[in-house]
Amino acid sequence: MSLVSISHPLANPQEQLRVLERLPPRAAKPFEEALTESGLFPLRATGIRVLQINVGKLCNQTCRHCHVDAGPDRREIMPREIAELCIAALARTDIPTVDITGGAPELNPNFRWLVEQARALGRHVIDRCNLTVLLLPSQSDLARFLAHHRVEIIASLPYYQARETDAQRGEGVFAKSIEAMRLLNALGYGQPDSGLVLNLVYNPVGAFLPPDQREIEAVFKQELWRRHSVVFNSLYTITNMPVSRFLEYLLRTGNYERYMERLVNAYNPAAAAGVMCRYTLSVGWDGTLYDCDFNQMLDLPVGYGAPAHIRDFDPPCLAERRICVGQHCYGCTAGRGSSCAGAVTS
Amino acid sequence: MAGYYHQEDLARFAEIGECAPELWKKFSEWYSAVFADGALTGREKSLIALAVAHAVQCPYCIDAYTQDCLEKGSNLDQMTEAVHVAAAIRGGASLVHGLQMRNAAARVSM
Repeated sequence: MSLVSISHPLANPQEQLRVLERLPPRAAKPFEEALTESGLFPLRATGIRVLQINVGKLCNQTCRHCHVDAGPDRREIMPREIAELCIAALARTDIPTVDITGGAPELNPNFRWLVEQARALGRHVIDRCNLTVLLLPSQSDLARFLAHHRVEIIASLPYYQARETDAQRGEGVFAKSIEAMRLLNALGYGQPDSGLVLNLVYNPVGAFLPPDQREIEAVFKQELWRRHSVVFNSLYTITNMPVSRFLEYLLRTGNYERYMERLVNAYNPAAAAGVMCRYTLSVGWDGTLYDCDFNQMLDLPVGYGAPAHIRDFDPPCLAERRICVGQHCYGCTAGRGSSCAGAVTS
Repeated sequence: MAGYYHQEDLARFAEIGECAPELWKKFSEWYSAVFADGALTGREKSLIALAVAHAVQCPYCIDAYTQDCLEKGSNLDQMTEAVHVAAAIRGGASLVHGLQMRNAAARVSM
């Protein structure tokens, strides 16, 4: 169930921000202060290398940690006119990568159009895929479509076993995910020299930080091959952000203070210097611009004078914009750091 | 951990160093070196620490190394097997002392 569907107070981003601003006693340092001590305040973008388009909150799954509060009940999806503005903006720049996310982005009727247009502009396209969407009867040709357009797939698989994966993503999701990986592998995804890239995402199944990316990648490769004969290219470790459903989980289970302490105490200046918001621009389903997908879910649009809607897209201004930060940003700077491309430091 | 042990005390561990800072410094450096990747990986060392934590029944260590094992990518099956190793050694250690009992009994028996 999404938080919205049960009218949970945390469905409101303002309520989430109120919670995050109440700093636990042993994690009381404002994020701006940590940045200042690292010589990074105010944090600024260093260009736009990734245009991340969130095409909406509709999803066929309701994962327990989802920062989007996505689910089958959500109806907010990017209309065609906003998708067209995204492509028009892209055409004005040489931004090399388009990263399409959701929800399950493939369920947006404009998803395939977006992929085709971005590819026609010669851009690298990433689909953030939950794997199970590939098995829906309505998406029976999706895997072939993605392969035909040489789309990189970044797929969520929090663990190489069913117990952990299903605990986070829902009963039966692991088995379906393996079936979807077999389908992708058969098309060449994840196979050496095919050029069809299948990367996986590890999210901790609980209130703890992710392991070393390289080590857990080796374990995933070994175990997924040994147990299921499936392959992939790289594994990205991503820290759970204290936002939306994961924030609700932290509060409900009494883990909030300890988790925030863990994030704050593990602040890594090197990770802060390399956070993804410095090279990413995030577009919401309604065309609003954000520094990242997490700020998007907290309803924190780009600020400090930068244009906040795709219709006003101003590449030079946005490429050097000052980034809006808050306590949730500790999620991207803890330990080895976390981004949509995994750990920030090795 | 209600009563004698308090979960929040783990974060205060460094207070032990207040009255013996040099010893604390040496302990901290040695402790860090012990858990660094070496001939054993950090993940393996963490599983050993979890097993030892159960053998010495330290609630702080159990909390800390449960979290650490998870953060090193171990799963509940592996962590449970580590606890069984501790339990087996503890149980075996008791049982093998049965030979002392048998020796002692033999000494005084006909």
